Amino acid sequence: MTTTGVKGSSEHHDAGNDRSAHTGTRGSRTLGIVTLVSVAVLLLFALVVSPPEATQGDAARLFYIHVPSAIVCLYLAFSITLVGSIMYLWKGTIGWDLIAGSAAEVGVLFLFFTLVTGMLWGKPTWGTYWQWDPRLTSTAVSFVLYLGYLAVRRLDMDPVLRSRRAAVLGIVSFANLIIVRYSVQWWRSLHQGPTLDPLDMQISGVMLFTWVFGVFTMLLVFSWLLLHRFRVAWLEHQLAEAGIDVAIRERRNEAGGDAALGGAI
Amino acid sequence: MWRDARLIAAKDLRVEWVSRVLTTQVVPFGLLVLILFGFGISPDLQTFEPGEATSKVAVLEQVAPGLFWLAVLFSALLAIGRSFAIEAVDGNLDALRLAGLDPAGIFLGKAGAVLVELLLLEVVLGFGSFVLYGAPLDNAVLLVTVVVSATVGIASAGTLYAALAAGLRVRDTLVPLLLLPVLAPVLLGASLATEAALFGPASDGWPWLAALGAFAVLYLGAGILAFGSLLEDS
Repeated sequence: MTTTGVKGSSEHHDAGNDRSAHTGTRGSRTLGIVTLVSVAVLLLFALVVSPPEATQGDAARLFYIHVPSAIVCLYLAFSITLVGSIMYLWKGTIGWDLIAGSAAEVGVLFLFFTLVTGMLWGKPTWGTYWQWDPRLTSTAVSFVLYLGYLAVRRLDMDPVLRSRRAAVLGIVSFANLIIVRYSVQWWRSLHQGPTLDPLDMQISGVMLFTWVFGVFTMLLVFSWLLLHRFRVAWLEHQLAEAGIDVAIRERRNEAGGDAALGGAI
Repeated sequence: MWRDARLIAAKDLRVEWVSRVLTTQVVPFGLLVLILFGFGISPDLQTFEPGEATSKVAVLEQVAPGLFWLAVLFSALLAIGRSFAIEAVDGNLDALRLAGLDPAGIFLGKAGAVLVELLLLEVVLGFGSFVLYGAPLDNAVLLVTVVVSATVGIASAGTLYAALAAGLRVRDTLVPLLLLPVLAPVLLGASLATEAALFGPASDGWPWLAALGAFAVLYLGAGILAFGSLLEDS
């Protein structure tokens, strides 16, 4: 993030402030390296070390990334959005709003990943990409639900007003997440025939370790993405504020110049 | 709060009565959707009756409850959008607040007006579905209570989300995106409960009716609580 929003004002000293700004620090770089190493170790365990599952064979390896990413987005990311939204409405600090928005954005990414891996898993176990499985169906609806939240966040309107509306939506969306989940589950439980549930498997030993490690890795990936997304959001916020200040100053200068000109004539 | 709600509801219904947008545009749209479903799903398409391997029944009749509620949802989007379109001009929302009205009252009033409009719409669409798809009626009490409680849910959630998008240029595209996933559980519950009311046994419908009632209460509560912060500075 550099000074694109304040182009043509290089003569102002404060315009150069963000030039050295980037979203990495020593701490986040370390976190990034740990995350990358964890992903590599996870891949090694998931693809090589752990044995194929008894009934599903190699397809069950999706378990090591599918379930952890579902846990991260549905339980962690959207809870952070909920807390951030409540805190923003309560305290009014912009930081909470940015946290809520960043968590939702990364959460939607994980949700999409969950959806895609779920469908890929469905092909070998159910024989089709899409089955009206309660979890898959409610995940798809939740995905659209939070896409709506993100759409509100990028509305072209007064930032404070937008943040407040987004906060209300962030709270209501979480309630909807729960309602959709339970209603779809109930709906499918009425009609469900003897479908094979891919998640219904006994795991222990190396497989259990790989799964727990998968959750750990997904948490790392999530934290790392969230951290950077939040910092970018913070810089964007500062840039927007600085942009207004610079624009006002430029206008003042223009007005001052005209006034001087008028005075001279 | 209740006095304000009555005032707002009466105002909105009077505006509707004078402009006749509901009767000349929204209701015909709903009927058109019902007819188009008939084109999408061929009326000749037949399936075995559930639980029986011998007698056949038209698919259209079997899916009539779901189609009815889909038509209601699509038409409701228009009615709800209209409910806030009339407030968007000339800073009407600010005027409402300047008039010293309670935000909770404004919410209840607008939701109440939408509820009345949707119930009228549903009477017409219900009659239309009955004629076009020809489904039987097993339990009228269940049907009426399901329709009312589902519609309270649609009206209150719709009013809350429409307020969220009030005064925006992208309102017309944003409200469906926000509202339809939220109303998906209502569509599920209302379709299944209506199915139970039409084909029986009614006992299948009562739990869904309870769920629809819970949804309606939840969204009425959310609207009453959140409307103040949505109207502020709008």
